[in-house]
Amino acid sequence: MAKIPVNIDGKSLEVESGKTILEVCKANDIEILTMCHLEGLGDIGACRLCLVEIEGINKLLPACTTKVAPNQVIKTKTEKLKKYQKITTELFFAERNHVCAVCVVNGNCELQDLGYKVGMTRVRFPYLFPKCEVDTSHPWYVMDHNRCILCTRCVRVCGEVEGSYNWGVMKRGVAARIISDFNTPWGESITCTSCSKCVNACPTGAIWPKAVVQGQFKKNPKMITELVEKRKMHL
Amino acid sequence: MNRQELRTIADQAKTKQAQYKHKVCVCCGAGCISSGSQAVLEKLQEEIKTRGMENEIEVVPSGCMGPCNQGPLVKIQPDQTIYQRVTCENIAQVVQSQLIEKRPIEELLLFADSRPKPFVNAMEDPFYKKQLKIVLENCGDINPEVIEDYIVCDGYKALDKALFQMSPEEVIAEIKQSRLRGRGGAGFPTGIKWETVHKYVADQKYVICNGDEGDPGAFMDRSVLEGNPHRVLEGMAIAGYAVGASKGYAYIRGEYPLAIKRFELAIKQARKLGILGVNILGSPFSFDVEVRIGAGAFVCGEETALVASIEGKRGTPRPRPPFPAESGLWNKPTLINNVETLASIAPIINRGGQWYGEIGTPKSAGTKVLALAGKIKYSGLIEVPMGMTLREIVFDIGGGVPDGKEFKAAQTGGPSGGCIPKEHLDVKVDYESLVSLGSIMGSGGLIIMDETSNMVDVARFFMEFCMDESCGKCVPCRVGTKMLYDLLCKVCNGQGTRKDLDMLEELAIYVKEASLCGLGMSAPNPLVSTLRYFKSEYEQQITKNAAVQGGTHG
Repeated sequence: MAKIPVNIDGKSLEVESGKTILEVCKANDIEILTMCHLEGLGDIGACRLCLVEIEGINKLLPACTTKVAPNQVIKTKTEKLKKYQKITTELFFAERNHVCAVCVVNGNCELQDLGYKVGMTRVRFPYLFPKCEVDTSHPWYVMDHNRCILCTRCVRVCGEVEGSYNWGVMKRGVAARIISDFNTPWGESITCTSCSKCVNACPTGAIWPKAVVQGQFKKNPKMITELVEKRKMHL
Repeated sequence: MNRQELRTIADQAKTKQAQYKHKVCVCCGAGCISSGSQAVLEKLQEEIKTRGMENEIEVVPSGCMGPCNQGPLVKIQPDQTIYQRVTCENIAQVVQSQLIEKRPIEELLLFADSRPKPFVNAMEDPFYKKQLKIVLENCGDINPEVIEDYIVCDGYKALDKALFQMSPEEVIAEIKQSRLRGRGGAGFPTGIKWETVHKYVADQKYVICNGDEGDPGAFMDRSVLEGNPHRVLEGMAIAGYAVGASKGYAYIRGEYPLAIKRFELAIKQARKLGILGVNILGSPFSFDVEVRIGAGAFVCGEETALVASIEGKRGTPRPRPPFPAESGLWNKPTLINNVETLASIAPIINRGGQWYGEIGTPKSAGTKVLALAGKIKYSGLIEVPMGMTLREIVFDIGGGVPDGKEFKAAQTGGPSGGCIPKEHLDVKVDYESLVSLGSIMGSGGLIIMDETSNMVDVARFFMEFCMDESCGKCVPCRVGTKMLYDLLCKVCNGQGTRKDLDMLEELAIYVKEASLCGLGMSAPNPLVSTLRYFKSEYEQQITKNAAVQGGTHG
């Protein structure tokens, strides 16, 4: 791969062309906040945490889907970006019912980590407190929509890696919901293989195994990344 | 069919039309149909038949004539006399007086109830006189369901010219010279878009006609598709030839059943005559078009969401780059143009890019179709040269605000646009001027508001629309629009505080800058522009609340 010069946060770098800004930043120890991104899954640029400023482009672009171009001057930590990351995080918390104290992944949650990282001390926006379903119909797992942030990592891992396309999205806007098959209870799904990939891909306590209590469950999203890598090697 | 045969059809149709003394068009656009024009058409045809005048007078259904709230409209050619609010009871009188005795019926003439002296030749009325019809030139004069009617009006002549006298590069050069810009709202130069798609090498390319018009109060594309579908089809075929695509899709929203019906009919007719399909008009170029029907999502007007929808996926946008010109439908280079843009192509090829480029302003060439709605005397469909002032459009063409009320603001660009207040009535309606006032040209919806309109409520209305239509993919749009809507409701209900106002402003900028697609990026525009020009109305709501609260506590 040809090398191209870019400048990120004032640092001049020689990076591989064809890579995304996120990949380049990772390779060079520049931290980019992410949520809908999971190494190994297709990127969708939806959470907007990884937005960066690029000189000469009047829009903020997501690092996960934007490829580096020669002589790009990229900024990842401006005051504006930090402010927006904080608002995005606050909106995540305000949207559904995230009560850490009673959550199975309390202490091991990507959303909780994000809150600490952006220095969120409270949510300034009014909580929406939507009425959300908890689907316990699956024999082993629970889908708790109260804790879902619609990152669609479950949807993508199920389709792209497991290939069973159990998960999907229905409705739109704040009414959007992750659904199993055509909105049937998860336990009645005819496509789910109970492979647990979505459980590990999910960044919050929205999908979890039944036999755990609060604060006791640690997810392993790396498993997905490794699995995808291994499959590539196998091919 | 080859070129010669096309000319023969045109000649035959011309001879046939010449035998009639009058052509009577009954507007059968969606607006007039809803006020009963279908019955008028049938009654008129029956009347002509009873009187045995079928060989002298041709009665046809036509597309939109413009002054939609005066419908049903009946136009008598070649006199250019238009009768308004025609009912079945008027028919005998129209035939007897106008067609036999050549005596126009004063009280039925267009705008007879609102002008001191209505015009017998409607084209002399300021409503029409100030307009310049290029996209709509045949709309309202031809039967959109008969391809020969279009061919008589030089239809498919531009396609013939492009295929046999021009190379794809020359077609693109002509479009570039015309300085035509995308009429869907963003105003991207069409020629450059075509050139980009042309440049990419691929085994398959696509042309998509974006007919997912969704702005509240906008009906330009619907009227074009209903009134002259062949014009759009011709534009698509020329575009296909220029960029090297052999397949086109017309994505039309499901709420436009008549537009879908007529466009599908147009495709069928064109295929039958060899204007679509393999080796068009005997040339080496092959091109075919299929219709895809939208299922009621505003966001599917966004090009990447539209592509996803055609592919059969959930209609959600994806980040750009890559742009569809590089990787669009099924990851192939795809040209996506709006209905109105495509309807402008044939005249540009026929009359030259230079001719078109000279119309309008230096940066915004040509004409724009606008849909006048709201508190305006003559609401309907108009086409004006770019750069006409808002005052001329609202007062000269639209007749001003009815019931003696005062003009307050004009909303352009629908939920993605902004409000233009009274003090800027002399703004030129073109892409740049509207942006400088914090609004956008948008697709062409123009909603007029009078003194009774509450601007905070206007902002709330559009925010509710965007919130409902947000696909839910990205956080700023999904949750941000909901928060903005809730805050606006609070202010409207008299419970807002100064802190809410600050939060509205902070969130508005965030949603604008952080959202994934155009829907979210422009959703705060109505709010931002009403805050800019009508902040006092927000303040009033808030001080009212402060007074109430002070009272309770005291």
